Amino acid sequence: MSNAEIIADLTKIMEKIFDVSDLKISMDTVATDVEDWDSLNHIQMVVAVEKHFKIKFSSTEIQNWKNVGEIVASIQNKLG
Amino acid sequence: MEFAQLKSNLKKDFNGLKTKLKVALLGDTPTQLLKQALKGYGYEVAVDFEIFEADFDQIDQQILDPTSELYQSESDYIVIFASVQKVQLKFYKKPLEKRKDFASEYIDYVRHLANTIHDNTTARIILFNFPEINDSVFGNFSNKTEMSFIYQLRKINLSLMDLSRNVKNLFINDLCSLEATAGHNNVIDQKFYINTGMTHSLDFLYPVVKNITDIILAIHGKFKKCLILDLDNTTWGGIIGDDGLEGIQIGDLGIGKAFTQLQTWAKELKERGIIICICSKNTESVAMEPFEKHPDMVLRMNDVAVFVANWENKVDNIRHIQSVLNIGFDSMVFLDDNPFERNMVRMGIPDLTVPELPEDPADYLPYLQSLNLFETASHSAEDKNRTEQYQVEAKRVSVQKSFANEDEFLQSLEMKSKVSAFDKFSVPRIAQLSMRSNQFNLRTVRYTEQDIENLISNPFYYNIYFTLEDKFGDYGLISLIVLKKDNGDSLFIETWLMSCRVLKRGMEGFVLNNIVATARSNGFKKVIGEYIPTAKNDMVRGHYKNLGFTERGDKWEIDVAQYEDKKNFILPIQK
Repeated sequence: MSNAEIIADLTKIMEKIFDVSDLKISMDTVATDVEDWDSLNHIQMVVAVEKHFKIKFSSTEIQNWKNVGEIVASIQNKLG
Repeated sequence: MEFAQLKSNLKKDFNGLKTKLKVALLGDTPTQLLKQALKGYGYEVAVDFEIFEADFDQIDQQILDPTSELYQSESDYIVIFASVQKVQLKFYKKPLEKRKDFASEYIDYVRHLANTIHDNTTARIILFNFPEINDSVFGNFSNKTEMSFIYQLRKINLSLMDLSRNVKNLFINDLCSLEATAGHNNVIDQKFYINTGMTHSLDFLYPVVKNITDIILAIHGKFKKCLILDLDNTTWGGIIGDDGLEGIQIGDLGIGKAFTQLQTWAKELKERGIIICICSKNTESVAMEPFEKHPDMVLRMNDVAVFVANWENKVDNIRHIQSVLNIGFDSMVFLDDNPFERNMVRMGIPDLTVPELPEDPADYLPYLQSLNLFETASHSAEDKNRTEQYQVEAKRVSVQKSFANEDEFLQSLEMKSKVSAFDKFSVPRIAQLSMRSNQFNLRTVRYTEQDIENLISNPFYYNIYFTLEDKFGDYGLISLIVLKKDNGDSLFIETWLMSCRVLKRGMEGFVLNNIVATARSNGFKKVIGEYIPTAKNDMVRGHYKNLGFTERGDKWEIDVAQYEDKKNFILPIQK
């Protein structure tokens, strides 16, 4: 999968969890850029991403992501 | 059901929901998602939960401080989720030599919390118990030493049951069973816990909030009283009309074990007080034969309250069963293996619960058990006689037809009623009747056993209960009156309720005669009644008017001096 494809899937997942439409995210987006991206929604997003891509993150990964780009990199890494 | 679905319910319109219940949520782990899930699940069962969520890890502070937000929230239910993780930390902090006392100290602490709540509010407490997981410090030897965590944990769970037997306002949310059914490893998400402190995976929130809601609704008076069974391929395998007595699968024949399991469960429900009825498309004599003659049948004719087997449609037959039992459709469950019949019954009687039985009869019982259909908030010794009472009722109904007029019939019944102030002996039955009565209930006040005990000793109240028996049988305790002394010269009827099994017996007039007599002998001039409508009690909308009360604003009153006793055929007895 390309990074753009992963971002497209991520966008859909986030829109559902954050309950917004027309979310625009890029590799540089950070949590504070998105209004409803708090820790509670973050963990729900993680669960949804894991289900969607059929992967598992480690607890360290979840805490250390700095931006969307790093999430995408983690996903790419797992998908191999 | 997934958490996302519960969460999406939060956007729905809750305004139309009639049942509004105030719940407080206290936890020592983050409870935000639990709160969302509970609110969202409420929508599924048409309940608008107004939830007060305490700040994180405030269980003790909120309960022990009488001025806390908890008490200000005036919640009817206080849900307390103390996590096993936190209990474990407390346990590990204890010096080794003191660990054998951990459980009893913990129970003392819970008792103290429960007592404090009881002193400050009439709210019911719903407390989570603990999943029993071995910490692998002692291995299996932990079962042989009081110093192990799981030894103390199991002792706590057992002691919580003992405690809740005695503390009437305390109910246990059996998280331990829930986790065991789902499998502990399937319901925890260690990563989730490490990152957020939340103890369970998202999708386990559904069974947890369903369980909480089941308990609340049972306390609130919404629970199942009756199980209606289809016969062929539901109660036994095969078709009795085709396969004959020797050919149906029950016991060791074919997959008979699956049906034996289901029957055994139904029999246990009956012993607990659930009414078992049969509704089958069959010739009656053929359908009854296995109950009378098959050696492997668990259910027998005397386990069945109403037996309906004919070739009419099932909607009409279930309506007939309902008319004999006189209970709401929403308190009845219908089991049928045939999807066509299920759908027809669902369409015809929307309030009825009709579980979507799995195709394989082997899965019937685990599926039904997973639904927790028969939650209850009370149990009394009388419950197991309920089937017999309804069998007698069916007999009464057929005798009634032979009388020319109603008075003659009532006279022939030779009715007797014990009239008594509430006494200790009857507390469980009185509380239970207040929980169960929905239709003939003027103000629908629910009383726990604790509430009833308080009423007995409260000098501002007169409380009367009534039993009824006739030549066919004994109904037991069937009506309650709670009278409150108003300021001045009037008595207010805080509660007037009656079991619908004794409708049309002249009991209402007999009860009113006793109310007025109580007022008269204690020097009151007026008796005031009030009708508070609910979704269920339309039956008594005209109750006070019919009994000759005069309307005064939103209340009804009767003048004691002017009152003439109502005619009836019930003889008061002293037992």
